[in-house]
Amino acid sequence: MKVFEKLFPIRKLLDKKTRSTLFILSFTLPILLWCAVSYLPFLWHPMVSITNTGDVSYFKKEMLVKRKVFEAENKRMQTKGLQQAQGYRSNPIYLPQPHAVVVSLVKSFTTPPRRRGNPWLHESLLHSIKIILLGFLISSIIGVPLGILCGTYSFFNSLTAPFIEYFRYLPAPVFGALAVAILGINDGPKIAIIVIGTFFQQVLVIANTTSKLNSSLIEAAQTLGASNLTILKTIIIPGTLPDIYKDMRILLGWAWTYLVVAEVIGTSTGITWFINQQAKYRNFEQVYAAIIIIGVIGLLSDQLLAYIGRKIFKEQAIQEI
Amino acid sequence: MSLITLPNYKEQSPDVKERFDRLKKRSVKMTVNELYKTFDTKKGPILKNVSFSTYKREFTSVIGPSGCGKSTLIRLVAGLESIDSGSINVSGTEVKKPGIERGMVFQEYTLFPWLTVTENVMYGLLRQNRSKAEAKKEALKWINLVGLDNYQDAYPSQLSGGMKQRVAIARSLATQPEMLLMDEPFGALDAQTRARMQAYLLQIWRNIDISIMFVTHDLDEAVYLSDRIIVLKGNPGEIAEIIEVPISRPRSPEQFLTPEFLATKKRLEALIHRNKEEEAVPVIPTTDLVNEIM
Ligand SMILES: Nc1ncnc2c1ncn2[C@@H]1O[C@H](COP(=O)(O)OP(=O)(O)OP(=O)(O)O)[C@@H](O)[C@H]1O
Ligand SMILES: [Mg+2]
Repeated sequence: MKVFEKLFPIRKLLDKKTRSTLFILSFTLPILLWCAVSYLPFLWHPMVSITNTGDVSYFKKEMLVKRKVFEAENKRMQTKGLQQAQGYRSNPIYLPQPHAVVVSLVKSFTTPPRRRGNPWLHESLLHSIKIILLGFLISSIIGVPLGILCGTYSFFNSLTAPFIEYFRYLPAPVFGALAVAILGINDGPKIAIIVIGTFFQQVLVIANTTSKLNSSLIEAAQTLGASNLTILKTIIIPGTLPDIYKDMRILLGWAWTYLVVAEVIGTSTGITWFINQQAKYRNFEQVYAAIIIIGVIGLLSDQLLAYIGRKIFKEQAIQEI
Repeated sequence: MSLITLPNYKEQSPDVKERFDRLKKRSVKMTVNELYKTFDTKKGPILKNVSFSTYKREFTSVIGPSGCGKSTLIRLVAGLESIDSGSINVSGTEVKKPGIERGMVFQEYTLFPWLTVTENVMYGLLRQNRSKAEAKKEALKWINLVGLDNYQDAYPSQLSGGMKQRVAIARSLATQPEMLLMDEPFGALDAQTRARMQAYLLQIWRNIDISIMFVTHDLDEAVYLSDRIIVLKGNPGEIAEIIEVPISRPRSPEQFLTPEFLATKKRLEALIHRNKEEEAVPVIPTTDLVNEIM
């Protein structure tokens, strides 16, 4: 009972030690689960990896067969008096062991691509990041100012909101073919998909944030003799900037989710290409390695942006950033 | 206790009478004329036929039950709401929109959180095409007046509630408005800070040429600060009475217990709670426990 009350206070922060323990657990628990499934042969392991083919004609060394098949074949061999196959229990190829993934995490940056001319892993990653950042930048150059205008002047809101509300329900991928026809098969259509996926949400989110600025700040400025445009420049923009910054972090996360769609349009590129390629060669350790790298990049960049935000907007004491 | 016989709230001592005679000889600062305001036609008018004038350098309070339209009235004077019918004139010019001759201090804290104390006070000055250096010099003067020299470079988040309102007052005064409009400026402060802020405000007002219109629902505050009190009744907001406070100046907290003060307060109470019998405190049956502590 005491432990329960200590661990689950309503809407109160736990003490620092408990929080850091939970933080570590949130990563180690899934990893432990993965290790257990991988290294404890009595858990799951539905396949058998062949070490000695015996007299089974179609078995090969290192081949993975289902356990049922393996046992049936051995029974058949036994009744015929032939030599039985040998092997050890194993997981399917799509669930590599943690250490294999760690090894390939390191190796993936050091092994040259299978075919000459194909990009290395880091080149694929950089290409993906470039597509995201360009798409996000282009969207923001128009989306942020438009969002601020919509959140400030009903004129812009009434003019654009209905169309944007309509457009944002169209999934970005439906414009893939169109984008290729217009922009060719290189990076153009990929960036366009990110822009389309980000822009409409961005205008709505930022307009909403802008309109939430405490209106008594605006009224205070009015009584101090500030004109309409001055208020936009000196109150609305600086007043909403910390919240807009926070929105941009969330929007950037959404832009990532359009990456996979964008990268299979036209010629497949970037990290998506890399993952598909490795899956084709059945290098699943490499697939996991790439997925982990994407997650780490996402997490680190978000933490970095949060840190920068805290530094820039420290005087506004916005704790939640 | 109740043996003090209260004078009539209208009874003025000779020096108070002389003050009011002088006050009324001054020029009129603001005229509110047959003012009506309706937000929702179904609910009827919020303000109905409100007319009064205030004089130069007068301290006028507006008091009334919650929701009677005090904020609406002061916001109309500030030009933050549109007038349905009637008019408001300040120094002979009709009020149509906010203007720097009417400064305003709000109940909520409205300091700009991204600006330092000095930058906040400079805000209005910079809107008047002054150079930065000049604005800063002027701002520091006002910060000094409200006693916040040590906090020039602090951000609003580092200030207490009372300090925030002092900066807000300095910010409104810096542009040297003719009128200072205050809508329950000390409403969010604790009793002690509030008392100190009242003393501050009276000091400032003595030293500069400004007319103050002050909304409050605290009777003590209204009596302590004001020359005249405009009492609104609610539903619709109409003027019930305009009270001339029969208490001499300079004011001090000791006056809270003078018969004139108590009489004025009593009159205000009577006006405000006129139709409020239904809100009387219910009588709770006494239990045995009462005897233990009595
Ligand atoms: N912008 C608005 N739109 C609609 N109704 C409003 C608006 N502003 C005020 N009202 C209504 O007008 C009435 C008077 O409001 P007001 O804020 O002026 O009262 P108040 O006397 O200042 O009250 P309080 O003592 O609670 O501050 C209230 O019923 C309120 O709901
Ligand atoms: Mg009010």
